[in-house]
Amino acid sequence: MGRQAQGQVVRLHEGIQPRNRSGLDIFGDLRKMNKRQLYYQVLNFAMIVSSALMIWKGLIVLTGSESPIVVVLSGSMEPAFHRGDLLFLTNFREDPIRAGEIVVFKVEGRDIPIVHRVIKVHEKDNGDIKFLTKGDNNEVDDRGLYKEGQNWLEKKDVVGRARGFLPYVGMVTIIMNDYPKFKVGICVSVFVRVLSVGAFPGGAAELQSSSSVLPLVLLQSLCSEPKISVST
Amino acid sequence: MNTLLSRANSLFAFSLSVMAAVTLGCFVTTAFKDRCVPVQLQVSRIMLKNVEDFTGPRQRSDLGFITFHITADLEKTFDWNVKQLFLYLSAEYSTKNNAVNQVVLWDKIVLRGDNPKLRVKDVKAKYFFFDDGNGLKGNRNVTLTLSWNVVPIAGILPLVTGSGHVSVPFPDAYEIMKSY
Repeated sequence: MGRQAQGQVVRLHEGIQPRNRSGLDIFGDLRKMNKRQLYYQVLNFAMIVSSALMIWKGLIVLTGSESPIVVVLSGSMEPAFHRGDLLFLTNFREDPIRAGEIVVFKVEGRDIPIVHRVIKVHEKDNGDIKFLTKGDNNEVDDRGLYKEGQNWLEKKDVVGRARGFLPYVGMVTIIMNDYPKFKVGICVSVFVRVLSVGAFPGGAAELQSSSSVLPLVLLQSLCSEPKISVST
Repeated sequence: MNTLLSRANSLFAFSLSVMAAVTLGCFVTTAFKDRCVPVQLQVSRIMLKNVEDFTGPRQRSDLGFITFHITADLEKTFDWNVKQLFLYLSAEYSTKNNAVNQVVLWDKIVLRGDNPKLRVKDVKAKYFFFDDGNGLKGNRNVTLTLSWNVVPIAGILPLVTGSGHVSVPFPDAYEIMKSY
């Protein structure tokens, strides 16, 4: 009876793994998984990464804008847009630029695009447009922000027109830009969780939540390239 | 679900999903609403000068001065998904140089909770009404319209033009002596 109990205790001890594992245990897990599971995990991860990339490139094609989702960096359009808000842009060539529209444009010499409102438009018969912008919260128009000697903007300077708005969501991108260690930390920790949890059955729920976080984190990383944030 | 961390993780994921669903609901229920309301506009005084454009391109351009009244009731435009309305009065006209000209003369921000009934009288233009050239002189048809940009809490940013406009002719001669 005692020996049986002893044997049972031994078996139980071998079978249970503690739920909370540190990152170092991952190598133990990797060795325990057979090659097939390892390939599956790698493919899973690659699929998540490529889905995020496909969504991003697909949005670029759909909207016609080189950067369809931007984050507002400054308060020059308050109280409409605050720092950390998300804007969805489109850039269809058939749409004429008209007064009152909110446009995101790039000025030569500045790598961060600017989101302001159009206050003056002059369009010729042949379709050439020149326009002037001003931030809602600024006292003066943007001529001080343009290049030296430039008085008007043209269609080629436009990155897109703001069509949709989502508050606060862009704060994550700002945080990840200001503290890049945070972005790396999140990516690494999600990667570790995907690998470690996926190796064991019963971790399905956690795998799902991790693999939905990862494409979002990747999308945010794509959004946070310097030319995609918006300021002033 | 037996550690604090996994409980916090589930709670966080669930609250994110709920917030996303509510935001989507806000957006979908107000996306296709008609936000046009009637607007009454009157112009009381117009003057035209020709000066060097000190706001930018240093060329002699037509400078217009307008005094106007606006009355509008914007109550119907506000709903649970509107954060603010950015109102702007724009003058649209056509000249020899340019087929389409639009200049914003006056704007106002109406926040959620502010008085939605707009009534301004004897207001001068907030921004200088410079033309790109000399196209305002003798222009028969300068149309003033009030439009607004609806800024939602989450969703589409439409530009709506109020129904009601006023077209005014500009004088044939420049005013040299008087100031506005």
